Amino acid sequence: MKLSSRQAFWYAAFLLVFTAIAAYTVANKTWWFPPLASVQGGEIDNLFMITLVITGIVFIAVHVVLAYFVWRYRGRPGGKAAYVTHNTPFEITAAATVAVALVILVGGGTTLWTKIQSPPPADAFTVEVWAEQFRWTFHYPGADGRMGNVDVRFISDDNPYGLDPNDPYAKDDIFATEMHVPYGKPIAVILRSKDVLHSFFLPNFRMKMDVVPGMKTRMWFTPTQAGVFEIPCAELCGVGHYIMRGVLTVESPEQFNDWISQQTPVGMSQ
Amino acid sequence: MESNVIANAEAAVQTHHHEPQSFWTKYVFSQDHKVIAMQYMITALIMGFIGMVMSWIFRIQLAWPDHNLPFMRFLMPTNMESGTLQTPGYYMLVTMHGTIMVFFLLTAILTGGFGNFLIPLQVGARDMAFPFLNMLSYWFYFLSCVVITVSLFVSTGAASAGWTSYPPLSALAKATPGSGLGQDLWLVAIALFIVASTMGSLNYVTTALNMRTKGMTLMRMPLTVWGIIVAAVLGLFAFPALFAGAVLLLLDRHLGTSFFLPHLVLGGEHIVRDGGSPLLWQHLFWFLGHPEVYILILPAMGITSEILSNGARKPIFGYKVMVGSLVAIAFMSFIVWGHHMFVSGMNPWLGFAFVITTLIIAVPSAIKTFNWLGTLWKGNIRFTTPMLYAIGFISTFVTGGLTGIFLGNSALDIPLHDTYFVVAHFHVVMGLSSVFGIFGGIYYWFPKMTGKMMSERWGKVHFWLTFIGSYGVFWTMHYLGFMGMPRRYFSYESYQFLPPSMHTLQIIITISALIVGAAQLIFVVNFLYSWLRGPKAPDNPWQATSLEWQAPTPPPHGNWVGQLPEVHRWPYDYSVPGASVDFVPQTVPLEVEPSGEHHRTAVAVNGHTNGHSNGHHA
Repeated sequence: MKLSSRQAFWYAAFLLVFTAIAAYTVANKTWWFPPLASVQGGEIDNLFMITLVITGIVFIAVHVVLAYFVWRYRGRPGGKAAYVTHNTPFEITAAATVAVALVILVGGGTTLWTKIQSPPPADAFTVEVWAEQFRWTFHYPGADGRMGNVDVRFISDDNPYGLDPNDPYAKDDIFATEMHVPYGKPIAVILRSKDVLHSFFLPNFRMKMDVVPGMKTRMWFTPTQAGVFEIPCAELCGVGHYIMRGVLTVESPEQFNDWISQQTPVGMSQ
Repeated sequence: MESNVIANAEAAVQTHHHEPQSFWTKYVFSQDHKVIAMQYMITALIMGFIGMVMSWIFRIQLAWPDHNLPFMRFLMPTNMESGTLQTPGYYMLVTMHGTIMVFFLLTAILTGGFGNFLIPLQVGARDMAFPFLNMLSYWFYFLSCVVITVSLFVSTGAASAGWTSYPPLSALAKATPGSGLGQDLWLVAIALFIVASTMGSLNYVTTALNMRTKGMTLMRMPLTVWGIIVAAVLGLFAFPALFAGAVLLLLDRHLGTSFFLPHLVLGGEHIVRDGGSPLLWQHLFWFLGHPEVYILILPAMGITSEILSNGARKPIFGYKVMVGSLVAIAFMSFIVWGHHMFVSGMNPWLGFAFVITTLIIAVPSAIKTFNWLGTLWKGNIRFTTPMLYAIGFISTFVTGGLTGIFLGNSALDIPLHDTYFVVAHFHVVMGLSSVFGIFGGIYYWFPKMTGKMMSERWGKVHFWLTFIGSYGVFWTMHYLGFMGMPRRYFSYESYQFLPPSMHTLQIIITISALIVGAAQLIFVVNFLYSWLRGPKAPDNPWQATSLEWQAPTPPPHGNWVGQLPEVHRWPYDYSVPGASVDFVPQTVPLEVEPSGEHHRTAVAVNGHTNGHSNGHHA
């Protein structure tokens, strides 16, 4: 039974050391989320922290109890286990406690989800996005201020973005390889794919939405700062998945107007 | 009623169960559940080994991009011709790693391996209800393994659309290199696997329901049997959805149908289909996919419960609640699949419902965890190798279960979805936990299977390297998820939002993975050496109570010599007050030793006579 003590000691020690390292690196935010840049991301981060505290307490408690039991109840020569088959009040209390914690998390989660998934505010600035292997293209309205219709069926060598030839608003639309948006407004994004699944991921904004061929998907968010951010693709889309990188620039309305005025409307070349 | 069934079974033994004599019928086309169990187990372990080697190769790429491993040219001539892994090869490896591990290792070994070996022995049957079907199940599984292995060698490469094989990537040969013949073989292999799994599951459920020996009521079955048959029921209901999906995807690929494909433009070329939706595949896939993770975890939970009770020398804490929560988890697992699709474009209000069902499933899971801790509480714990794994299971199940609470809450899933946080979560909760159940189970039942003991010393070395190394791999991955690193990236060097420290984490993960890999070589040697040269095992080396330990070692064809055993008590009579030893096998009559089964507890504790049983003989 000497071996039993040694195993018990190392087992308990490992569980405690692992728990301490895990708790420290998470609490210390040693490896953490990228800098936050949106209002909705802030709310997601808050819910994340509440969830982290609740699950963190359970994680630490279970591991400490497990380590204690492993050491305390290690087998000894002549030792005898207590005879306990069940404890109904304990089961009910434990289940109820877990249920209460989950109700809090579900409440917070579904409230926030509802908020994020509601239609964007009326003053939102809208950008449409085409995804294809392995690049993003961003669609802006031209001088008429109206976004033209696009559809995958209209795509041809002369009409690479599938603009509707019968839509008068489509004549002056702008397509850019980078995404620029003016700071100070909510940003709505409408996503389309030409070919396979992609996912429009904004790590700094805590936003993500899959791009599905045959469907329009949507997201909206409110930037909290100007800057240049990255748009990695987050749904496996083929061999170039890992290089499908877009760039989002959030800038002042003046800078944005300068930028958009330098873009050539596609319609003019037709 | 019960005795009729047994009489029929006995008649069956006399007419059909002549022991096979030839090499072919005894070891190859065997209908003996124990031989089939070993066939399943060894085939699955070989597949698992292949899956693990694949992970080493892509882990090396992630830690040391553009490394050069000249010897790899021989193993992967098309994708590593210069000794450096090419991008298509990387995507094939991650796809095949996932597919092989989930289906061909974990599902196969837990139901086909442990299910086959344990169900007849633990319920007191001479064999499975349908031995021929059982044999057929293994050979369909074998065939599916051959097909998936052959697919690695076709000229266009193996499937590379991820283990989830989302169309359109998996539907169109032009979409990605592996989407040619490799993807067809992937779909065929999965379909064959489902056929095998269905034949097996029918057997497991039927045998446990109809062929229990006298006295073996449902509520006297060990939790292993409960875990396996509930998983088998899940498989029977869930796998058909993926089977249908596989057939439809083959039609989309070859006959121009539009189940999963809308009109799209791929590489400048119009693919003229209409009305299909890629989301349909995702629903079909995850309608299986989510129950599937419970198909893996429920048997592992059963095995762990069994080992914990035996190792702590205590009855499993809350047996009835454990059975109830297994059934509750299984039921709920059918209505949570949408949590894989929160940001898929599925109607967000549907996501609302899936958040609620998903977090409800955490309640029975938490109850099981408390009961495992309750089983250890005031025990007299023996630190055998199986017990080390069973305790490790509690840790990994809790760790992985808690991260599921983040992902199951749709708002938090938005930033975490498809990042390494997800990879970390499912590897810990469903990969590691079921692997710990499997290893614990192999060390525990190896003596009964082979008649030999495995080396405890090397078993412990194997455990410690695996346990520490696995947390090195998968705990670390959570940090990559926080950073927002998307999964399935061949390299990540062009992204500025990922801090340089992520490179250090990648190296830690890969080194840990290689250590875990080395540890599995120790296991292989221990397994093979012990089988050939290990010391002879006694009939009941762990002083256990359940029925299989009362059979000869290894059990002969038909399992029991002479009459089938009669069961007088539940399988958890450990340390019963008043008993002469700290374990009372299920076959011991109540007149001989007291029992703590269910409501007899108080009687036994108070020291009153309990020779009068509670009427189950009627």
